[in-house]
Amino acid sequence: MKPRPRTTAQPTRRRTAAPSTRRRMTLVVAVLSLASLGLVARAFDLQVVRKEFYQNQGDARFLRELPIAVSRGTIFDRNGEPLAVSTPVVSIWANPSQVLESEDKLPALAKAIGMDEGALKQYLMQRSEREFVYLKRQMSPDAAQAVIDLAVPGVNSQREFRRFYPSGPVTAHVLGFTNIDDHGQEGLELAFDDWLAGKPGAKRVIRDRMGHVVEDVELVRAPQPGRDITLSIDRRIQFLAYNELKNTIEQSDADSGSMVIIDVRTGEVLAMANWPTYNPNALRGSNPSSRRNRAMTDVVEPGSTIKPFVLAAALSSGKYTPNGPLIDTGNGHFYYISHDIRDTHANGMLSPTGILAKSSNIGAAKVAITLDAGLMYDTYRGFGFGASTNSGFPGEAAGYLKPGKSWGMLEKAILAYGYGLNVTPLQLANGYATIADNGVMHLPTFVKGSDNEAKQIIDPKIANELVQMMVSVTQPGGTGAPYVWIANYGVAGKTGTAHKAVAGGYAKNNYSSAFAGIVPASDPRMAAVVVIDNPRKGSYYGALVSGPVFAKVMDGALRLMDVPPDNIGRWYVGGPLQGQNGLTGNKQPVVEPVDDAPVEEVTP
Amino acid sequence: MKVLGGIFMLILIAAVLSTAIAVVWTRHESRVLFVELTRLQNVRDDLNIEYGKLELEQATWAEPRRVDDESRQKLGMVNPKPQDIQLVRQ
Repeated sequence: MKPRPRTTAQPTRRRTAAPSTRRRMTLVVAVLSLASLGLVARAFDLQVVRKEFYQNQGDARFLRELPIAVSRGTIFDRNGEPLAVSTPVVSIWANPSQVLESEDKLPALAKAIGMDEGALKQYLMQRSEREFVYLKRQMSPDAAQAVIDLAVPGVNSQREFRRFYPSGPVTAHVLGFTNIDDHGQEGLELAFDDWLAGKPGAKRVIRDRMGHVVEDVELVRAPQPGRDITLSIDRRIQFLAYNELKNTIEQSDADSGSMVIIDVRTGEVLAMANWPTYNPNALRGSNPSSRRNRAMTDVVEPGSTIKPFVLAAALSSGKYTPNGPLIDTGNGHFYYISHDIRDTHANGMLSPTGILAKSSNIGAAKVAITLDAGLMYDTYRGFGFGASTNSGFPGEAAGYLKPGKSWGMLEKAILAYGYGLNVTPLQLANGYATIADNGVMHLPTFVKGSDNEAKQIIDPKIANELVQMMVSVTQPGGTGAPYVWIANYGVAGKTGTAHKAVAGGYAKNNYSSAFAGIVPASDPRMAAVVVIDNPRKGSYYGALVSGPVFAKVMDGALRLMDVPPDNIGRWYVGGPLQGQNGLTGNKQPVVEPVDDAPVEEVTP
Repeated sequence: MKVLGGIFMLILIAAVLSTAIAVVWTRHESRVLFVELTRLQNVRDDLNIEYGKLELEQATWAEPRRVDDESRQKLGMVNPKPQDIQLVRQ
């Protein structure tokens, strides 16, 4: 068998037709480089051209910006006692659809947050398309930790802050309150919200699929905690004022009442108490009308408490001095332009000081008649009536005072005993504080040490004369004695009983009883106003209802403010000396109280 | 010339390498420090919270109404009568 000759010796046709090795290599390299070029192009596209888009998409899947809660600043009283403190609480939130997936854990979860299981399920079902619902807000940290320990998927916690007011109802009106999101809603919490609130920070974190924070990446915004504030309020005096006011209002079955105490040298409000009140720690169910800071938002007709200001105008007119000329108040009736201006007693001839001591409406009216309406109006305005005190307190009322140009003859007379205008208790207290500080008015303030503008309203000499004239109110024969006596201290002040204005006139049996006073009389440090609205039980005279509140509170306030006695051993200024070093074994002297009745049937 | 260029190149490469390592190192360092910062901030927050709680507790105990009630009822204290007060002059 002849072996088949190998054909390799001669190149076949196919072989000759195929490209050379070199060309083949070129082709392969070309294809490969095209492919790798494509990859590079794609990589370039991803890494450079569309990097941002993909980076963002990636980040969005695990990077989160989380707010960092900041606490609200603490509010302190003038001695550094906290009045409003923020404490941390924990709010539990959930992603409803995630929670509903793990149904077996629902009963335990419902129990932990104190909800009915069915209700919880329904609550989540209704909100299943949302990604964030609060399950329970403001739990105590311990209770919230118990919820978190259940490890229900989709349930998370968030730190928040809650406001607590240790003094509760006592300081409620001044401080106001915050809402659930820690923003001020009323009172000083609202007025100083920007200062107290602080700015929440933000941080970027990496989260896993379950929403747990795996790692903090960076700080986006540093949190700025709220700043503290120190008020001019003294918690102890505030409590005294509140307590006495409350007791008196309950005893006399009155509708409401307010007390304001001002440091006359600085205009700082030492105490401002109101009744009725509410508990700011448990707002729910409190009556909105009990939340009003009546001392600033409500107006009263000042009644006789306005008389020192008429006499301020009278003394500055130069026509009157504290002792003369005498004014004939007759038999207690003064018919002026078809109007009967009345006094409770026939007081006969009275000096300007006597008008204050006896609280004679006729006397005040007769003085006013001789005065220029412009001067009287300017004096009232100068003492701050008819204009807001600009204390910055939300909702402060401005009161009402008709412009002097439009006063009629009768109106001028009536304005002299405190009808036809209205003021807030704070304005009244501020007016008395102005007289007390040698005629210098300081803007009332709630912040300790705030440097307020001071303005000379009347001549210091006239201011001092007025204080001395008001001392006569507390001496025997004056309307204030003996209810406003403070042992060892001289008291200057003025009583006021006014019919309350109601729709269409004045209510016959509805009074507001006021006392405004200055202590100590020889070197005034504090001015205070007590207004009690509609006392039904017992007397309604300002001296009898509001006077004792004033005396009891100021007795304590003088002690707490370390004010030295100026009237040692005496019950009232010029009274008999009972002992060289204070009162010794003596009872309060008995004096005949003088009625300070309001005028009847007033036409405004 | 060539030698100089080579040395320069080497220096550059070394610089690039060292800065690269430095970047990685500072990154790491910053993470570590941030974690530490967060931890310390948490500690500070906890201490502040504790302080706030204690402050609140103190304020609640020192509440004037409570002091008033306790001293009057439990300790039987009374306000001195005006006639019992003696003024001591220095």
